[in-house]
Amino acid sequence: MNLPAEATPEMLEMLVNEVLKNEEPLPYSFYVDDIEIRSDVLHDVVEEGKRSTEQTIRIVYQPQAIFKVRQITRCTSTMQGHDHPIVCLHFSPSGSLLATGSGDTTVRIWDMGTETPSHTLRGHTHHVECVQWSPDARLVASGSMDNTVRVWDASSGKGGEPMKGHKGCITALAWEPFHSDPSCTRLASASKDGTVRVWDVVHRRTLFAMGGHTAPVMAVRWGGDGLIYTGSRDKTVKVWSAKDGRLVRTLQGHAHWVNALALSTEHVLRTGGFDEKRQKLGDRSEAHAHAVTRYSTLIARQSERLLSCSDDFTLFLWDPSSPKPIARLTGHQQPVTGISFSPDGTLIASASFDGSVKLWHGATGKFLRSMRGHVGAVFCVTFSPDGRMVASGSRDSTVKVWDVATGKMKAELPGHADEVYGVDWAPGKGERVASGGKDGAVKIWRN
Amino acid sequence: MPQNEYIEEAIKKHGRRLDHEERKRKRTAREVHKKAAFAQKVHGLKAKLYNKKRHAEKIQMKKTLKMHDERNTKQAAPDANPDTALPPYLLDRQSQTRAKVLSNAIKQKRKERAAKWDVPLPKVRAVAEEEVYKVIKTGKKGTKQWKRLVSKHTFVPATFTRLPPKYERFIRPTALRVKRAHVTHPELKATFMLDILGVKKNPNGRDMTGLGVVTKGTVIEVNVSELGLVTQSGKVVWGKYAQVTNNPENDGVVNAVLLV
Repeated sequence: MNLPAEATPEMLEMLVNEVLKNEEPLPYSFYVDDIEIRSDVLHDVVEEGKRSTEQTIRIVYQPQAIFKVRQITRCTSTMQGHDHPIVCLHFSPSGSLLATGSGDTTVRIWDMGTETPSHTLRGHTHHVECVQWSPDARLVASGSMDNTVRVWDASSGKGGEPMKGHKGCITALAWEPFHSDPSCTRLASASKDGTVRVWDVVHRRTLFAMGGHTAPVMAVRWGGDGLIYTGSRDKTVKVWSAKDGRLVRTLQGHAHWVNALALSTEHVLRTGGFDEKRQKLGDRSEAHAHAVTRYSTLIARQSERLLSCSDDFTLFLWDPSSPKPIARLTGHQQPVTGISFSPDGTLIASASFDGSVKLWHGATGKFLRSMRGHVGAVFCVTFSPDGRMVASGSRDSTVKVWDVATGKMKAELPGHADEVYGVDWAPGKGERVASGGKDGAVKIWRN
Repeated sequence: MPQNEYIEEAIKKHGRRLDHEERKRKRTAREVHKKAAFAQKVHGLKAKLYNKKRHAEKIQMKKTLKMHDERNTKQAAPDANPDTALPPYLLDRQSQTRAKVLSNAIKQKRKERAAKWDVPLPKVRAVAEEEVYKVIKTGKKGTKQWKRLVSKHTFVPATFTRLPPKYERFIRPTALRVKRAHVTHPELKATFMLDILGVKKNPNGRDMTGLGVVTKGTVIEVNVSELGLVTQSGKVVWGKYAQVTNNPENDGVVNAVLLV
């Protein structure tokens, strides 16, 4: 196809929409060898990219989110309630509720419409270490240092009978994705005793336990096509079959503790039957069909990839079907604890104790840019639902919002009185960012 | 059975003496008395060696007893102090204990303006002017007495240049200048050697503050950027105040405690 050299992204967008015969024009971004075209082809590729004008070039288009998350600028509410450090927080798949777990042994549910407390879930006898919403937004699972997992009904605040079995602190939880099980009955929990258990939350019993790690398991993820991924302090990542708990593969490569895992499909798996237009679950079978289409369109574009980060300062990008990594992502100078895939799986953000947030290419693992600004260790990082912004929480008590395209800081959000342990961006329309930390206050940030 | 194990063989064949258990019990009961008597009688090198051996044995015994005690008593639940809660990714890391300075910035400003601080040493001995300033006689005949020598430690900024002798009323000897202070953080209970940035207040008056005289009770500003303290807005704290707790002129060093 012959194009004028002055073609701008807008012009290319019109062209692609015309070629694909889209009924409504959709936004796209364009790349030549992973270099994004921002102003026009002549400037970005020929002048900046040092390409000859005599060459035929391949322009790759990448669909963008059709909605835009507005920039986060201010704190709309500071919700007191937990009088001790908040260790974990998680938005419900629709983004209308927030669950937080704290050192004061309670789990609290906050209503995001009014930004007020909704329920206080008491039952644990030790610090709550992780909370996780079921993908139908009905249940909240919490894991604690008292070695139990509890599952609560979010609308009534009932439930919370202990599920016993682990002999160590629960470090991570993962629900079965909505598209493979619309009833949301299975939950995987990772523990410091080195095992991962899969529970039937209706009958509150262990379906099977997966032992094989020789050190505490720090992360667990439930993949889209029947695989469970676990990362452990024994330096390995293991892949298990979600059907019977059989060990499928062991991924070796890290030289130190594995801290966290992330999936390229994570956003879709987390939100299940919800998206920016569907805020209510409604009919379960309809929601299931919606989740299946969302998952299959994403997976058709690119297969599921797994990312692991470690104390050896590196990240590994894995294709779960092969024991060899796709790429080893080096560049950080301190342990990496927070990683996140962008909702469409095209970008990776990683947060490290060296105070930087780094962006990587989601398919190849190529380093894109480093975002500096935090003066302390960065603990957690999260993408906005449209994939255009990143929020990070740090030891220096601030939350910062970054622009993905330029790598510039979009907003600095001070206000916490102490270290920020958790940041989460509301799925759905992405109107809110919640953060919690050592000072025990939940802060909601909005446009 | 080997040939030399005739005792065992005899025991096997005929059994032990009838009072064997009784004798054994008595012997073990007597053992401690015997040992005590020996320990009292022994002297010289033998005593030294013997006591050393007994000491080691006793330690071992105490440890064993303690181990048994621990096994027999029920363990308390693991520490559930809610303030020490950490996210999983920070568990089992050797975290530095960091003190917080996240104090109210406005309050801090107000205090600064009033030059009033809650100091660990609220009252110090007043230092007389005669003690600090030594009169230097100048002039051809040594009749002029307007020049003073500061006989205490002083902090002089790095950019300071001495005035010409004609105008220099106060001489601050280079040998008595200080640049760094050993500052203790009261919460961390740790001491750091930090650069002095300035003298904020000397309790003996404004002139001494202006001259940078460092005596006991003086509030100095130190460079704490190495400690990694952050303000509420996420900036690294640079300067913080500290109060001098020793007499630098006696010790030759400046010790101070950080005002948090």
